[in-house]
Amino acid sequence: MGSWMTALGIWGALRDGWAVLAANFETLVLEPLRYPLLARSLEAAIVVGIVSGVVGTYVVVRGMAFFGDALAHAILPGVAFMYQRANGRTDDLFWGGLVAGVLSALGIGWLTRHERIKEDTAIGVVFAAMFALGIAMISRIDNYAGDLSHILFGQILGVSAGDLRLIVIFGALVLAVVALFYKEFLIISFDPMLARTLRLPVELFRLLLLVLIGVTIVVSLQTVGIALMVALLVTPAATANLMTHRLLPMMLISALIGAASSIVGFYVSYHGDVATGPAIVLTATSIFLFVFVEQQIRQRLGFIVRLHGLRETAPAGQPAFPHEH
Amino acid sequence: MAERLFEALPADAHEVAAADCTPSAPVLAVQNLSAGYNGKPVLQNVSFDVYAGQRVGIIGPNGAGKSTLFKALVGLLPHQGEISIQGAPCRQSHTMIGYVPQYEAIDWKFPVTVWDVVMMGRARQIGYVLLPRRRDREAVRQALERVGMWALRKRQIGELSGGQRRRVFIARALAQRANVLLLDEPFTGVDAQAEADIYEVLDVLRDEGIAVLLATHNLVQAATHFDRLLLMNGGRMLAFGDPQAVYTPQLLAETFGDRIALWRDGDGYVMVADKPCHDHDAHGDHHAPAHPQPVPEAVRE
Repeated sequence: MGSWMTALGIWGALRDGWAVLAANFETLVLEPLRYPLLARSLEAAIVVGIVSGVVGTYVVVRGMAFFGDALAHAILPGVAFMYQRANGRTDDLFWGGLVAGVLSALGIGWLTRHERIKEDTAIGVVFAAMFALGIAMISRIDNYAGDLSHILFGQILGVSAGDLRLIVIFGALVLAVVALFYKEFLIISFDPMLARTLRLPVELFRLLLLVLIGVTIVVSLQTVGIALMVALLVTPAATANLMTHRLLPMMLISALIGAASSIVGFYVSYHGDVATGPAIVLTATSIFLFVFVEQQIRQRLGFIVRLHGLRETAPAGQPAFPHEH
Repeated sequence: MAERLFEALPADAHEVAAADCTPSAPVLAVQNLSAGYNGKPVLQNVSFDVYAGQRVGIIGPNGAGKSTLFKALVGLLPHQGEISIQGAPCRQSHTMIGYVPQYEAIDWKFPVTVWDVVMMGRARQIGYVLLPRRRDREAVRQALERVGMWALRKRQIGELSGGQRRRVFIARALAQRANVLLLDEPFTGVDAQAEADIYEVLDVLRDEGIAVLLATHNLVQAATHFDRLLLMNGGRMLAFGDPQAVYTPQLLAETFGDRIALWRDGDGYVMVADKPCHDHDAHGDHHAPAHPQPVPEAVRE
């Protein structure tokens, strides 16, 4: 009974919220977009949400969350190097990050190509060192705390027209590579042994995938920063993983959730006066929790229904709520 | 005595095999195959021929080199010696051997359906970048129907039982259009019904002329279900040939060492495992029956 009351309460709040939103659409939604700076950051956030949603699917199904987090931190020296020289011209930061991201991805790929060092150990050793190096470099700049926080937590309002162009170009590039080699990435992720018996260049595709993750991180750098990057890679894809059991739908749902998180997070940030990166991440987390709890409730209900013998017609071994295609 | 068996028996085995083979070329011919890990030889000088539709049991204890043999055959390990498939060197015909490994490392929660898994076998035929065409979908459908898994094609792979998963991976090898299937311990962790289902699939494959190499350490099955047996131990081939010819007390003792003994019991033999083998076996099943068990009909003299 209590849960019904809660559900009604949530429903009521959503309805009221929607009514307020509809009545004040002009001021709440359209007004921020009149400022080119804000419009640009929203565009960047949406692109980032889609790209990291798609690439994050591989991060989730391959269990690479730690790799993603570490790689995001490892690009700091590259960014810091350009930061020292660029004097605030942010698109140079992008290139610095890109070089660092690709090199780090290839480096870790090289380190983990044999089983000699456990992958997470290698990642822990190398990437923490890279991060330390980056912080050491930045600490030599006078205004050190402020600069560092921009890189760590994102500075979406600093997205210049040039930045946005780079974000869109490289985001599209990543999506194109995923689309072209979808089949190969699927096989090397699910069953590398089959890939090798089919004589696919497994190692090449594995490195390519790591580079794609690296590029995605660099593309997302200004939106959420280094520290929250892993959430953007993992949370939308993890949510999508709860909702489907095929890779392609999972990617599409994940991209959708990523984009939605960016949009909602952007407005929460604007109206609530909170930093944009955390707002986007917390929105994504809320969506995850909503889907997770809703599934738990459905499974419990299914369990109770089965307990009372109402689903005896279901074949043995079938889950309570099989996913539909 | 042991020396003599080592030297003499493979040659004898070849004569047995040659006696009733079809005049056509073997689908799989292996000559002096050696392979190993990191330069350490595991497999030494294995030679045998397999003809269309034959079912070959690869028998031996764990560590005998059965999996190594399979990996060498599909090119996962560097090897010496010759492997030819239908007369062609195996480099050009890599999709003609379908390999179904033991799959301890597969993530069964991976978001793929049965259909998706079988379609993976078509990757080479589809080619890079391109999408599956009608003939690929048709091959997947046929493969799934042949193993009786068409009805479950939309299931996520982890929702299936162990035996059903094995059948899906057999279907994937079929979708590859493989002429030779390598099944590594397909009956471990599978109940009797699922085992019977897999044998039913294998019977269909035999009728279609697909050769099957199946690694097992179940001796009772070995006598009845196979056209040829290949006994292995320590990376060497101890014998290859007709089950009646190969299934002798001496050879079995040679294969399984002191883990097994055979007693003459009237007109047949009784196998006794005289040592528990749990510590040698990651899967917890037995190399040989734990209790005295009559040897099936084929072995009786």
